[in-house]
Amino acid sequence: MIGVDERGYYGSFGGAFIPEMLHPNVEELKENYEAIMASPEFQAEFRGLLKDYVGRPTPLYFASRLSEKYGAKIYLKREDLCHTGAHKVNNTIGQIILAKKLGKKRIIAETGAGQHGVATATVCALMGMECTVYMGELDIQRQRPNVERMRILGAQVVPATSGSKTLKDATNEAMRAWINNPVDTHYIIGSVVGPHPYPEMVARFQSVISEEIKWQLKEKEGRENPDLVIACVGGGSNAAGAFFHYYNTPEVRLIAAEAGGLGVESGKTAATTAKGTPGILHGSKTILMQTEDGQVVEPHSISAGLDYPGIGPVHAHLFEVGRAEFVAVEDEDAMKSGIELSRLEGIIPAIESAHALYALNMIEFKKDDIIVINLSGRGDKDLETYIKWGNY
Amino acid sequence: MNRIHTLFNTKKERVLSIYFTAGFPNLEDTVPIMEAIEAGGADIIEIGVPYSDPVADGPTIQDSNQIALQNGMSMNKLFEQLVGFRAKVHLPVVLMGYLNPIMQYGMDAFCKKCKEVGVDGLILPDLPMQEYLDEYKALFESYGLVNTFLISPQTSEKRIREIDGNTDGFIYMVSSHSITGAKSGISEEQINYFERVREMNLKNPRLIGFGISNSETFTTASNYSNGAIIGSAFIKVLKNSKNLKEDVQGYIRSVIN
Repeated sequence: MIGVDERGYYGSFGGAFIPEMLHPNVEELKENYEAIMASPEFQAEFRGLLKDYVGRPTPLYFASRLSEKYGAKIYLKREDLCHTGAHKVNNTIGQIILAKKLGKKRIIAETGAGQHGVATATVCALMGMECTVYMGELDIQRQRPNVERMRILGAQVVPATSGSKTLKDATNEAMRAWINNPVDTHYIIGSVVGPHPYPEMVARFQSVISEEIKWQLKEKEGRENPDLVIACVGGGSNAAGAFFHYYNTPEVRLIAAEAGGLGVESGKTAATTAKGTPGILHGSKTILMQTEDGQVVEPHSISAGLDYPGIGPVHAHLFEVGRAEFVAVEDEDAMKSGIELSRLEGIIPAIESAHALYALNMIEFKKDDIIVINLSGRGDKDLETYIKWGNY
Repeated sequence: MNRIHTLFNTKKERVLSIYFTAGFPNLEDTVPIMEAIEAGGADIIEIGVPYSDPVADGPTIQDSNQIALQNGMSMNKLFEQLVGFRAKVHLPVVLMGYLNPIMQYGMDAFCKKCKEVGVDGLILPDLPMQEYLDEYKALFESYGLVNTFLISPQTSEKRIREIDGNTDGFIYMVSSHSITGAKSGISEEQINYFERVREMNLKNPRLIGFGISNSETFTTASNYSNGAIIGSAFIKVLKNSKNLKEDVQGYIRSVIN
């Protein structure tokens, strides 16, 4: 069985390796999140907002020209059509309702590319809560439009100036801010990472993705289970959401596309399972890229959303037990798949999602296999990167 | 007997623990700084093992970690430097480090080395108490290493009692809910917290850390506990020092007098 145990572990990965100063906050969440999430009140508000505000269910779209090209029946789960342009908002809606129920007044968050930051700033505006987003100084320069979106939404964007000045450091800063404001503040983590119960909580909010895939596929194909589900993995929240209801259905192959960067052996990669080893990052035991001395190594990916040195503990477990197949998609190949989808289906994908698309070229499947690809986000935010790459 | 126990058996008041990052400001400064701390009159030496992502520390200590790593500090290097330091330094020595570099070195090998070179205790801020009890307590004890836990103003009385029951060195009281170096001075709210914990009559001595920088804050903290820990303020002294030996001794004297 794939799932979290009482101690917050998925197999040998997970746990809550946090400074004692965070213990009360994390304990408060752990004690309350399941009961709150299970309450009819919470469910009504959560489901209501997902429907009317986010625009769920998102379509499960049969991509006929893409299918023809690859010789399989390919469906795209259109998370790119969510309000704010990516799946991230499923989680921020859930967490902000939870934060309100816990009586919190302020929200903090980390962001890499800015998608989670925008999704957090959005729900804070919706709920009238104060919002501070930590973002690497380098990412602030790379993702100007998202920075301004957050500011328009009323959030304060604080640059993380330490270390590599990217997502990892923004996460460190957000954790520090939480240590400094433990009582009235909730930290909305954007992926299935961090100390227990975050990985499981975020996965459950995102699990609406596979919940919908099941009934949508049943409608279209007369069966709930595709042969393959493909998703990209940085921290792994969209993949966790797309895999969640299939974890324990072994006939459904789960494919995780990591960012190969300039190549797994180039030293410029974010292919965590290929280059990583077990260790502790941001409060959980997982697989991460590190030196022999246990110092965290800077990742590289053309996609800011996949530019993270670890993966969520659930993915480390899926990898370790062989439940999911991991492939490393290089920058150049992801970009080509982004253009390919644009030309074949009229959908410009986020570069993160383009990694999942390219996986079609790296795995074996049968001619009549049904494949669901989680199209986690739209490509508007990546226009600069597409333009700079220029090969279209 | 462990040097930490010996210390607290004989000294109950105004115990001063000084933190510095190994390999900062220069790679080979580790043992000379320890000697200067002892000569200056402090009671405990806390050596920080540098880490790329020290989330419980503020910018001053984080910067020192980064510089130390750039200087080439590593676990192997640190233990190399510590071989034979007991001929020169007699104070209790505590290593403070994050779990990941220690896990990569190997917890067993790490504890063994600590004992070999003469380390007395450990502070591992991201090692949760339950994990310690389940996985490491027996190991630490077999090498005579005292493990220190942190508590903060948010730590419940029940948990403070649990922590007190599971350690026999000292308890590290985070003075405000803050990362190292974030606040200066001591507020009334903090005093209330110091008093609340003092009245719990814990079996372990208590040292107050975070926000202690000079004679005044050291004295205030010592009025409510057995002493205090200075980290960020000391790192700033090292950073601006032209003569480590003199400046370290001078600073420590200015704090205790």
